[in-house]
Amino acid sequence: MALSNVLEIPTSGFNFENVARNVALEGLLEGGQTKTPKPMKTGTTIAGLVCKEGVVLGADTRATSGEVVADKMCAKIHYISPNIYCCGAGTAADTEKTTDLLSSNLTIFSMNSGRNPRVVMAVNILQDMLFRYRGQIGASLILGGVDCNGNHLYTVGPYGSIDNVPYLAMGSGDLAALGILEDRFKPNMEMEEAKELVRDAIHSGIMSDLGSGNNIDICVITKQGVDYIRPYQESEYKDKRQKRYKYGPGTTSILTEKIVPLELEVVQETVQRMDTA
Amino acid sequence: MAAYMSAGRSANAFSTHDFVPEWAQEEVSTGTTIMAVEFDGGVVIGADSRTTTGAYIANRVTDKLTPIHDHIFCCRSGSAADTQAVADAVTYQLGFHSIELDEPPLVQTAANLFQQMCYRYREELMAGIIVAGWDKRRGGQVYTVPMGGMIVRQPVSVGGSGSSYIYGFMDSNYKPGMTKEECLHFCTQALALAMERDGSSGGVARLAAITEEGLERRVVLGHQLPKFSNT
Repeated sequence: MALSNVLEIPTSGFNFENVARNVALEGLLEGGQTKTPKPMKTGTTIAGLVCKEGVVLGADTRATSGEVVADKMCAKIHYISPNIYCCGAGTAADTEKTTDLLSSNLTIFSMNSGRNPRVVMAVNILQDMLFRYRGQIGASLILGGVDCNGNHLYTVGPYGSIDNVPYLAMGSGDLAALGILEDRFKPNMEMEEAKELVRDAIHSGIMSDLGSGNNIDICVITKQGVDYIRPYQESEYKDKRQKRYKYGPGTTSILTEKIVPLELEVVQETVQRMDTA
Repeated sequence: MAAYMSAGRSANAFSTHDFVPEWAQEEVSTGTTIMAVEFDGGVVIGADSRTTTGAYIANRVTDKLTPIHDHIFCCRSGSAADTQAVADAVTYQLGFHSIELDEPPLVQTAANLFQQMCYRYREELMAGIIVAGWDKRRGGQVYTVPMGGMIVRQPVSVGGSGSSYIYGFMDSNYKPGMTKEECLHFCTQALALAMERDGSSGGVARLAAITEEGLERRVVLGHQLPKFSNT
């Protein structure tokens, strides 16, 4: 039987060792020296919709850590398999690792069974995993893909609930994006119109939400293949670097130089032939 | 249940300086109105279509009527994740059981599988389920499995947050011996009343009739729902 979790069978029960460790660390550092690093959240706008020829996914590219923008060109549309991509909102590390894990499992499954993975499989694996962790993994994902059963778009919540709908938005900017989608979505849209609609939805998220910003990435998945356009649109508010931050040789002056040759002698030499036939 | 809710809240340790608003950190709940009615020859089940995360409607076209087997459905209320997981588990168990028996399963079996799971994990789960279907032995049956894991068979049952508003309507308008069409009409009216009064219920009314012949699904869109108030 081709299992989807082939590398390891998940052990039953929960493992909360790291929670105890975190509490202990917090206690140590509270003395005033340093604070525990804030987890990087994506504070995002992501959206997806199903059109006539496939699925269009869109995302902004800002990752925040507290009030600071940690990454201006973050990639929020993750590769799952050649025909399935996933947008992630929530804690950046959680979405990265969860989608990585899913991608690895599906690759092994593909190799074992000789089939292309189906979107509903990916969704079920995600749901199983997130439900098992009872919401501790802060990942809200939008999965979109094209398989032998058609074009699919699903959302998986952090507690493990699924929704299967023709258009979606998630993340902190989802209300703004959903407004645009609710207004202009029609079933079986043409590809260009669909891309423009997703772009507009993400754009409205960027304009109306502090946690979203910078560029817009679009990923178009069709039966023929995937077009990952990164960036689809660059932000108008780009700053130019004032200086170069690379320092050439000679910036720091050398005062003295001392060369000590290492005395090495060959103790033993073995030659092993490789069979390359 | 209190322990379960607070565990869910404190799990979110990153709540300061968040760009994710409070309501988005809540768990997705179906906050619902569901109901089921027996008639001679089958059952009629109905549900609204709203799923909420706090005050935000995460999905306004949810399908809360989940098939467990060919002639057995369940109506889900409570936490979306919990009910989907339990329904999936029971679907698997019932399917396996049916193949072993080489016979369509009984509605009572399905209901008991739900009850076993909901009772065993009663502290961790938040799931109120109505199991309804048709089988050859006893015809149309409705079993309600509320939170906590009780099981009781009733001719008509309502559940979810919106059910509080329609107990009176249900008690005064249900008559034994209704036909399928009368049951569908009764359900539509009850759901419309609940959706009008309960903030966590709304969207469209989804109905299904399960008989020996099979399944018949209906959707009553928002503007087609019966109106009761004159204002």
